Amino acid sequence: MISLLAVDPVLNGDLLWTPLLIVVLKVLVVFVTGLVATMLMVWFERKVVAGMGNRIGPNKAGPFGLLQTLADGIKLFFKEDLVPDRADPFVFKIAPFLSFVPAFLSFSIIPLGGDFRGDKGGLVTWFGHTTRVQLADPSIGVLFTLAISAIAVYGIMLAGWSSGSKYPLLGSVRASAQMVSYEAALGLSLAAVILVSKTLSTSGIVIAQSSIGNWNVIATGIVPFFIFFIAATAELNRPPFDLVEAEQELVGGFNTEYSSIRFSLFYLAEFMNTVTMSALMVTLFFGGPQPISFGSTVLDIPLIPNGLEGSVWLFLKTLVFLYTYVWLRATLPRFRYDQLMDFGWKVLIPSSLGWFMLLAAQRLGRNEGWNTIVVTGASVLVLVVCYALLQRSFAVSSKQREAEGSMF
Amino acid sequence: MELFVFVCASVMVLVGALGVIVRKHPVHAALSLVLTLFGIAVLFVAQSAEFLAAVQVIVYAGAIVILFLFVIMLLGVDKAENLQIEPLTGQRWIAGVVGLGMVGLLTTAVVSGSDVLRLRGLGIASSVAGENADANIQQLANSIFSDYVFAFEVTSVLLVVAVVGTVLLARRRTGKGIA
Repeated sequence: MISLLAVDPVLNGDLLWTPLLIVVLKVLVVFVTGLVATMLMVWFERKVVAGMGNRIGPNKAGPFGLLQTLADGIKLFFKEDLVPDRADPFVFKIAPFLSFVPAFLSFSIIPLGGDFRGDKGGLVTWFGHTTRVQLADPSIGVLFTLAISAIAVYGIMLAGWSSGSKYPLLGSVRASAQMVSYEAALGLSLAAVILVSKTLSTSGIVIAQSSIGNWNVIATGIVPFFIFFIAATAELNRPPFDLVEAEQELVGGFNTEYSSIRFSLFYLAEFMNTVTMSALMVTLFFGGPQPISFGSTVLDIPLIPNGLEGSVWLFLKTLVFLYTYVWLRATLPRFRYDQLMDFGWKVLIPSSLGWFMLLAAQRLGRNEGWNTIVVTGASVLVLVVCYALLQRSFAVSSKQREAEGSMF
Repeated sequence: MELFVFVCASVMVLVGALGVIVRKHPVHAALSLVLTLFGIAVLFVAQSAEFLAAVQVIVYAGAIVILFLFVIMLLGVDKAENLQIEPLTGQRWIAGVVGLGMVGLLTTAVVSGSDVLRLRGLGIASSVAGENADANIQQLANSIFSDYVFAFEVTSVLLVVAVVGTVLLARRRTGKGIA
């Protein structure tokens, strides 16, 4: 247990009160940041979607309607808490926490700031102790997020099943199938990042991306980023992949039978996950809290001390992704279920595997001193042959299914 | 500290394992299995095998038990099983004998091989304790992809064969299709 956290330099040496206090402070800050970010995200989403739909959006509670989410939250907390008769009481009660807790846990490994100029590598000094501005920096790093998102599936799956009602069950079966399928593509595109930055730890990945040319989005050749972005959207069950709560087909999806505080926990977890995923994308592909820099010229935000600037950069970069998510929601229609599965298994997974192979071949070629053009040509040739085989197998299987009288 | 973690994790593992056997509802039994797998993951972390812990959670808790639950929910095996009926006669006796045999074998293996186990553990701990946080994963990668690459590839071929076999067996054979 100690070794999981010991990468944070503050915990080296004797355990004194100050390091302990710093850790407790970090836990508090991360928790509060998460809650506030979620609250603002709900407001932001409603406001932007309203703007895109030529409406006004929330504008009554607080300035610009900023406190609308808070008011909604308070209302939800004071509503009656129902447990349906046919529900499985224990599982029904534990399911919201199974999706709420992972949402916060995965936020804990994201580097939230720090000073990355020169050789500081994101370390800051608080009360005479050197530390990172991130709650935990486990050596398994991004794998931790994958593990946590695997756990988050349980919350949705069990919520739907334990409600004892058919629409939530259908919703949760859809959700878990979707999340398990897209987790594969997510993991494979992550592998490209790990291959390029040679480490699993999130702080290590951030340190490796010192200028725009080193950002993983360029170093891995853009494709893994797009795959990761699409798979993450599906993993979050956000539009256009929100079949889980397709209200025309499933009433409200897995959370139909939930009310009051349990419902608000699901709602909170959903938006929290959106924020975390955006921040994770920034961390993995866009340098996280690193300032934007071209070569050795660093863009400097005036008036803000260097130690805080990392957090500002992270906020700005994350905001771009949050806006993109809202934008997608406002513009794209929902996928059909078979399209969703086809896209995940037949397009995303093969292309992320292929791209990973290409990157690995490049790396091996550079290490062994082979000719780059030959290596690229050979790997492209292999990929083309694989693609042809894959297309051929799709054609054969669809012909067979047609012969058997199937629709798709 | 290590003893405390070990005791907590062991309690998790044992309670989960008991739950799998005792709970009558299949979904509850599957959830108890998740508890056991988590306990094992915690034990891995306590042994500084973080990578194994992560993989344990991702693969076992995140994929395999989810598939169990999926099948349970889709097939509607939602009711508690009647434990009086024995599908295969003499099944319980045989299961008991085999279980005891397994316990005996494992105990003998651990007792007779304890020296070797400790030495190996020390080797891993010393290389992990250094500055390099990724040492654990690098060691693992080295042994899987160089020393035991053949066994690794053969295992993956086995898995592919299993998948293809399942698809073939599960396919309905209607009419004159090539199956």
